[in-house]
Amino acid sequence: MKHLLQYCLFVLSAVVAMPSYAADPISVKVGILRVERERPLPLSRLDLPPDDLGFAGATLGENDNNTTGRFLGQVYETITETAPPEEAAAAMDAMIDGGVGFIVMMGNAGDVIDLSDHAAGRDVLLLNAQAEDNMLRTDECRANLLHVASSRAMMADGLAQFLMWKRWRKWLLIVGSHPEDEAWAEALRRAASRFGGKIVEERVFKDTGGARRTDTGHVQVQKQIPVFTQRAKKHDVVIAADESDVFAGYLPYHTWDARPVAGSAGLRPVGWHPGNEAWGATQFQRRFEKIANRRVRTLDFQVWLALRVIGEGVTRTSSADPKAVRDYVLGSDFELGIFKGTKVNFRPWNQQLRSPVLLANDRMIVSVSPQKEYLHQVSQLDTLGYDEPESRCSLN
Amino acid sequence: MRASVAVFTALLTTLSCLAPAAHAFTIYVTNERGNTVTIIDSETLEVTGTIDAGARPRGITISPDGSELYVCASDDDTVNVFDTKTMKRKHTLPSGPDPELFVLHPSGNPLYIANEDDNIVTVVDVKTRKVLAEIPVGVEPEGMGVSPDGKIVVNTSETTNMAHFINTETFDIDTNVLVDQRPRFAQFTDDGKLLYVSAEIGGTVSVIDPTKGEIIKKIEFAVPGILPEALQPVGVRVTEDSKKVFVALGPANRVALVNGETFEVEKYLLVGQRVWQLAFSPDQKFLYTTNGNSNDISVIDVEKEKVIKSIPVGEQPWGVAVSPE
Repeated sequence: MKHLLQYCLFVLSAVVAMPSYAADPISVKVGILRVERERPLPLSRLDLPPDDLGFAGATLGENDNNTTGRFLGQVYETITETAPPEEAAAAMDAMIDGGVGFIVMMGNAGDVIDLSDHAAGRDVLLLNAQAEDNMLRTDECRANLLHVASSRAMMADGLAQFLMWKRWRKWLLIVGSHPEDEAWAEALRRAASRFGGKIVEERVFKDTGGARRTDTGHVQVQKQIPVFTQRAKKHDVVIAADESDVFAGYLPYHTWDARPVAGSAGLRPVGWHPGNEAWGATQFQRRFEKIANRRVRTLDFQVWLALRVIGEGVTRTSSADPKAVRDYVLGSDFELGIFKGTKVNFRPWNQQLRSPVLLANDRMIVSVSPQKEYLHQVSQLDTLGYDEPESRCSLN
Repeated sequence: MRASVAVFTALLTTLSCLAPAAHAFTIYVTNERGNTVTIIDSETLEVTGTIDAGARPRGITISPDGSELYVCASDDDTVNVFDTKTMKRKHTLPSGPDPELFVLHPSGNPLYIANEDDNIVTVVDVKTRKVLAEIPVGVEPEGMGVSPDGKIVVNTSETTNMAHFINTETFDIDTNVLVDQRPRFAQFTDDGKLLYVSAEIGGTVSVIDPTKGEIIKKIEFAVPGILPEALQPVGVRVTEDSKKVFVALGPANRVALVNGETFEVEKYLLVGQRVWQLAFSPDQKFLYTTNGNSNDISVIDVEKEKVIKSIPVGEQPWGVAVSPE
């Protein structure tokens, strides 16, 4: 009995000694919703998606928020769910009914719009961690929806600024035959006209289906791609618009003319890269690798980023109320470090997170846009993507 | 012949003992990419030597008696200890993974090391080379400052964005102060009355009253023709009388001179590129800055408030320490 008492006292003193605010800890429940679809296999087996894609980023975000929360009496809990498109709304309802105030969404533009409309009027803040579609930032904005994923326009502009810096003005644009390829191509065309690139010729690479990977497939590729790219008008760089991952990976070293490749292969604008070591990114990479036993994918980074936006909002407002957090993070006091060299915040008119764009090859960072020569009256980051006068959204 | 060499050596030794030592001190610079420490003579401002310092040397400090030099070898996950007489490595200290910055207790022992990967501050006895404590702090601990009386160690955590006040007797955290994004460096005034914490991404320096644990002022920076995003405060040093505060502004290539009473920025001194860390000469007549992208250090005349010289060092200079007189 005496021992038990001593033990209880020990436990009690241990609890008291914790650097926490024992009175009324703030509980923050965050839902992570991944809308699942069948996708064709990637061209390279290195790109096979891990089962915990995005969710591993959530685990790290929860850990990071709780490490900070420990000093402030805040406890973060993450609830993860995977659902096919037709069941996503029900999954979201269950989360909200369970007390979730913030939901990070991984899905396409259609999912994001449907789910945002479905949640309208409910006390929940949504964060888009995946869909890059420009229309979500120009026409189909939603007050309850923040975008932490960069848009296609931001990516294309980041790439274009670098190509202009290199004086690679003449572009051969090769576009895939799927709608998302065309959407990416459209962002690249817009970037060309904004920054002075000239698309000397466009070609469409048609997806004829069939197996994505075959034994010794490179034998045919080595003959097909030179033929496909021959007799192009004089160009400095080949740009691939291939979000569907049908052909871009085949272009480097196989083009008829010896030209660098950019866009969906070669030099790619990316939201994250596992080779990024600048601005303290090494620590982020290592923290993630320790818990996930693999490298960080862009989607993991963006889910982590969404959780950090929420965490920073809760930390600075001492509130888990979605409305209070929304008001704070959209305000001028909000700022966040994201291992890309500059602080980021939201564009109030379309609720897009401003962000630098990493330009990377397969192994390392090549450059980071905005390039310093491109200036802007508000924020240099607004040289990337749709600026306020170009967007029909006016949520501010 | 041998005898004459011995006599000559003895004579040299005597001469060097007799030589005035008032201002003779040594500047040590870690070169992050060069994996070296550059040694500079204060009198001539010439490089007198370069030694291998381990993989990716960053944080650097020296014992109060000047006998031992401590260098964080980040990619070796260790702290290398050099004998300053021979500049040979004596031994290593257990540091935990990827040590970047540390601070020595004013008495010379122990050493407090920020371990970015594990969200802890490691306390190491530099004599016994044993780990005395591991203190859980916020995400990505980085900056380390110690109060002049040695009672408080302040650690800054870059993703949590706090200054954590650690009691050096109990190793408990008794105060946390939220600051701006990515706090890099913590520096007490010599009278212990104020604490300066720089926030690299936030672009500010918080002036904190350590007894209250409250921010009393946020210093902001503005340089015509420089993008606000490039004004990234990192290293901070304050003169003995607390009147002059020097702040390294990273890619803005400038050191800000802040009035330690009004907290207004009085001057921006143009130094080398990506200015990172700062250290005073023992008499505080000079301030040395490491300039990571121009591979040199700048020498600032503290009284005249002017940059008087730059000295080429190794590749990507990061930290700087100066021997006591």
